[in-house]
Amino acid sequence: MATKSLKAREKDLANTNRQLEILNGSLFESGELPFFRDKLTASGHEVLRPHSLEILQINVGYMCNQVCEHCHVDAGPDRKEIMTLETMEECLEVIRTTGAHTLDLTGGAPEMNPNFRWFVEQAAEAGIRDFIVRSNLTIIRANKKYHDLPDFFAKHGVHVVSSLPHYTRGKTDKQRGDGVFDKSIKALQELNKAGYGIPGSSLQLDLVYNPSGAFLPGNQEALERDFKKALKEDFGIEFNSLFTITNLPIARFLDYLIASENYEEYMTALVDAYNPAAVSNVMCTNTISVSWDGWLYDCDFNQMLGLKVNNSVQHIRDFQENLLKDREIVISQHCYGCTAGAGSSCQGVVT
Amino acid sequence: MASEYYNPADLRKFGKITEWSEALGEKFFDYYGKVFEEGALSAREKSLIALAVAHVVKCPYCIDAYTKDGLERGITKEEMMEAVHAGAAIESGATLVHGVQMMNKYEKLSM
Ligand code: SF4
Ligand code: SF4
Repeated sequence: MATKSLKAREKDLANTNRQLEILNGSLFESGELPFFRDKLTASGHEVLRPHSLEILQINVGYMCNQVCEHCHVDAGPDRKEIMTLETMEECLEVIRTTGAHTLDLTGGAPEMNPNFRWFVEQAAEAGIRDFIVRSNLTIIRANKKYHDLPDFFAKHGVHVVSSLPHYTRGKTDKQRGDGVFDKSIKALQELNKAGYGIPGSSLQLDLVYNPSGAFLPGNQEALERDFKKALKEDFGIEFNSLFTITNLPIARFLDYLIASENYEEYMTALVDAYNPAAVSNVMCTNTISVSWDGWLYDCDFNQMLGLKVNNSVQHIRDFQENLLKDREIVISQHCYGCTAGAGSSCQGVVT
Repeated sequence: MASEYYNPADLRKFGKITEWSEALGEKFFDYYGKVFEEGALSAREKSLIALAVAHVVKCPYCIDAYTKDGLERGITKEEMMEAVHAGAAIESGATLVHGVQMMNKYEKLSM
């Protein structure tokens, strides 16, 4: 398993243009598979536009204590892109005035941003209905200074969303690295202890499941049932909901698909599973994604591909909700990941 | 011309069999879909049965399809391999139980 990001390894695919070239490449150019735009048109969706802004997703930096093989951020300990205090202030301005009801902090490991706690404290005051932090679990056990995170989250009423690829050690460690499973279990127990995910508690703990390989996620309800049963029986762990997320063919997952010669088959599976009913609710229709340096994107995936919003407003300091709502969403073939099967978003299925 | 009897890409074309016999093809796919729904057995259990049978009938398409299906359902490789052994044990048992027929015949013909 790699211990560095594609960027640090100076891999071809660290370059977003190279990724876009592949996504626009021969498989689609030859007509073997339809371009996402054509598929949209054929199912009666001319262009993709947002409905209303509900979720502000802020990526506070690409640094992470893990180097998961499927990571669409290409995050890792070597990534230096970290949101500054100044950009955080600009975000807070927007958080205080936005109509969005959900604030979603992500990374990397957001907790590794040196101003993370300050930012959470400030944002928690802003009166947002649902305040999510995406925590990878192992960070809580990575270093003593993070051990009190469950209590810190609880104090500020943060909704914790954490990834766990499987309820068995083998499958989890294969995707996320040796020892990740045991640390994640310990972290989940600590979160339960702080009141998270317990029936009757208002502290919400959700889990995210991504497939550990070149296949699509199965039925969200069935997987939630299996996760709940196994985690409860084996470790006494409780949580609220499980969200299944499809791996999008970008960054390290794209690198993996190509290296393992699964790219064509995976793209074909995504296209075959295209579900027109999922289109109306894809994440970009209610979300704006903000990067560590304040640029605005239709989603975290477009952020990683360097595809900024197609709008006169492109930076958080110029944020204007009424202007942004008229934009046309920037799409490419990675979007098939959001429309496959029951659909996929940071909140799980969309149908 | 395809140069092999089994082409992985053909699995995707399975639905096309309906084109040459619509009524029967549709009935088959309806039935097939129904069989694998949640029922008295869970869809997960049925996926493992399908995987075991796929090995017994030695269908490479079904093996690919139900390995993937198992992965999607979060089935572990240990569970998958046990299912294959269950199929193999029945298959070898079915061969071996004919040994009794051989023994019967042997006894009958021998003085
Ligand atoms: S998937 Fe999450 S935990 Fe894993 S490397 Fe990427 S950001 Fe870090
Ligand atoms: S990848 Fe982003 S832009 Fe494309 S459909 Fe998904 S959320 Fe929308």
